[in-house]
Amino acid sequence: MQRSLYVSLALLSGSLLFAQAPEIPFDSAVTLLKLPANLHLGEAAGVATNSKGNILVYTRTGEDGTMGGSRFFTHGGSRLFEFDSTGRYLHEVGAGIYGFMFAQTVRVDSQDNIWTVDRGADVVIKFDSAGHFLMTLGRKPESVNPAGSGGGRGGRGVPGQGIAGDNFNRPTDIAWDAAGDIFVSDAYTNARIVKLDKSGKFIKTWGSRGAGQGQFDMPNSIAVDAQGNVYVADLGNKRIQVFDNDGNFKTQLGDVGAPWTICITPGAHQYLYSSNSNPPDSMDNGEIYKMELDGKILGKFGTAGKLAKEFGTVNEIDCRNPNVLYAGELTNWRVQKLTLHP
Amino acid sequence: MPLFAQTANLTPAALASRAKAQNVPEIPYESVPNLLKFPANLYLGEGIGVATNSKGHVFVYTRSQRTRLFEFDQKGNYLREIGEGLYGFVFAHAVRVDSQDNIWAVDEGANMIIKFNPEGRVVMTLGRRPEPTDALAASPPPGPAANPGKYIFDRPTDVGWDAAGNIFVSDGYGNSRVVKYDKNGRFIATVGSKGSEPGQFNLPHTLAVDAKGNVYVGDRSNRRIQVFDDDLTFKAIYDNVGAPWEVCVSPGPHQYLFSSNSFPDGNDSTLSTVTGEIYKMELDGTIVGKFGKAGKQLGEFSGLHEIDCRNPDELYISEIQLWRVQKINLHPNGK
Repeated sequence: MQRSLYVSLALLSGSLLFAQAPEIPFDSAVTLLKLPANLHLGEAAGVATNSKGNILVYTRTGEDGTMGGSRFFTHGGSRLFEFDSTGRYLHEVGAGIYGFMFAQTVRVDSQDNIWTVDRGADVVIKFDSAGHFLMTLGRKPESVNPAGSGGGRGGRGVPGQGIAGDNFNRPTDIAWDAAGDIFVSDAYTNARIVKLDKSGKFIKTWGSRGAGQGQFDMPNSIAVDAQGNVYVADLGNKRIQVFDNDGNFKTQLGDVGAPWTICITPGAHQYLYSSNSNPPDSMDNGEIYKMELDGKILGKFGTAGKLAKEFGTVNEIDCRNPNVLYAGELTNWRVQKLTLHP
Repeated sequence: MPLFAQTANLTPAALASRAKAQNVPEIPYESVPNLLKFPANLYLGEGIGVATNSKGHVFVYTRSQRTRLFEFDQKGNYLREIGEGLYGFVFAHAVRVDSQDNIWAVDEGANMIIKFNPEGRVVMTLGRRPEPTDALAASPPPGPAANPGKYIFDRPTDVGWDAAGNIFVSDGYGNSRVVKYDKNGRFIATVGSKGSEPGQFNLPHTLAVDAKGNVYVGDRSNRRIQVFDDDLTFKAIYDNVGAPWEVCVSPGPHQYLFSSNSFPDGNDSTLSTVTGEIYKMELDGTIVGKFGKAGKQLGEFSGLHEIDCRNPDELYISEIQLWRVQKINLHPNGK
């Protein structure tokens, strides 16, 4: 009896602490993006801004299959649109390119290069700021087969680890350190992080499926701070793991729900944002946390829902300006511009 | 006419498909020829959904090479395509227009309900299109989930609203239930499971809501209409009008319930004499009359899939097998 009382008290105090994260007031521009009449966003999986404030949206638009080939081939399925900072539509990037199947994230590096991570094609594509193709990481399976193996679907190493190299199996996110080295979260099957140099040459991989230190259950998002520390959103384990630049475990941050996507702001004082996104089959949770890099929670804002200032499975956050965020939503098919008033 | 003379040549399947109600008065009607004017190189596929808005514009949701949604004016002139290339357009099932002229598409392939504002932009979605790579990787075949949850559909079929704007979804081929959401898409209640008891469904294929919030569900394979109150509590069964492929409740002070005992999409010719008619009923199930029959001529119905009954004497109907929309003028007083 006494023991259960203690447990109840512990749970109570825990939930009180949880509730004490202060609410950050914010506004939302929900109709920021103006699309031409014949264009629509699907699931807004990825959103990112460049140094000019242009907004890039990587969205799922539906695929086509090819019948009558030696196998069933699937092509298309996602598109990348660029808007100016006022939301005016500028142009499409990578129209019809081979590696756009199932949009996962788009990020812009410090030189304004545009990087897409595609969970269907298993390919990361680097474009320059004008949209010219520069480089790929990984290879698109020749045919996306049932059971997610064979037909070129990569990563057939030790289960949950993948082979050494950039043969991804449903990658989720990309980040860079100050030297330009590349970090890719290779999530769904391999549960690992891959580090490559800026030319795309493989350096190392770490992680496997599990709940221990340095193990992952769906590393769904990744970010790197100015010191080169690597933050991994370990979604299934409901924690953010922090590694040094070589992949050595440093610490883990918790108490922010299941981190669906994370973002680290640039500048002298860096902040870490993490979204406890509602899964697509629920409308629970959904709040976004603002933290110091050491995990101290500064505040939270938002909740799951379909109205303005509510979120439908936030899949990516852009935080180039720490008080002006862009959130791409899966189930609400939109991008919200969020202005925080901390 | 003696009963044996009517049934002598019917196969067992035809006998089973025939509505129980017999000797129902016929309502005179005609079909308006040359209704929809298409631009060159634009065609309807299966005429899955049809609906009108308050201006009389006609929306047609069709299965072509891609599922597409077209808008025509009240004279049948082509206006535009809505949702071109949309992620949620996979396999059309129904289109309805609410009291604010928002357009709602129900997509059986994407497992989604998509709400467009009158300008044709997406303003809300319900359900979620399955992720293709995950679907390909899944080992168990798709089917009804043990607990379908609050926000995921399995081949949904129709949508309706009560006066407060609450949303009702028939879900559908996979889940055998009806789900109620508030106007902002937040889950309120669900009713139903697979079966033939009252409150169970065997393919809830269509639904409509009256002014009091009663929900009429076309429980197609159970060959009955089930009525629920606004909280989804079971109220009544109407089982004498065949298999309700489509139900529609007209607006206005005196509401009517239309139900189609459609000629099935299996094209079994032995059923053509016992299906294809549409019943007009009072909301309590009393049959007022019937009209129509299976066939491919103008004024005949070839797998009727949706009815618009904004005006109870001017119906728009869409058909599966014959890729068209018809406008039907009824003359209930014999005029």
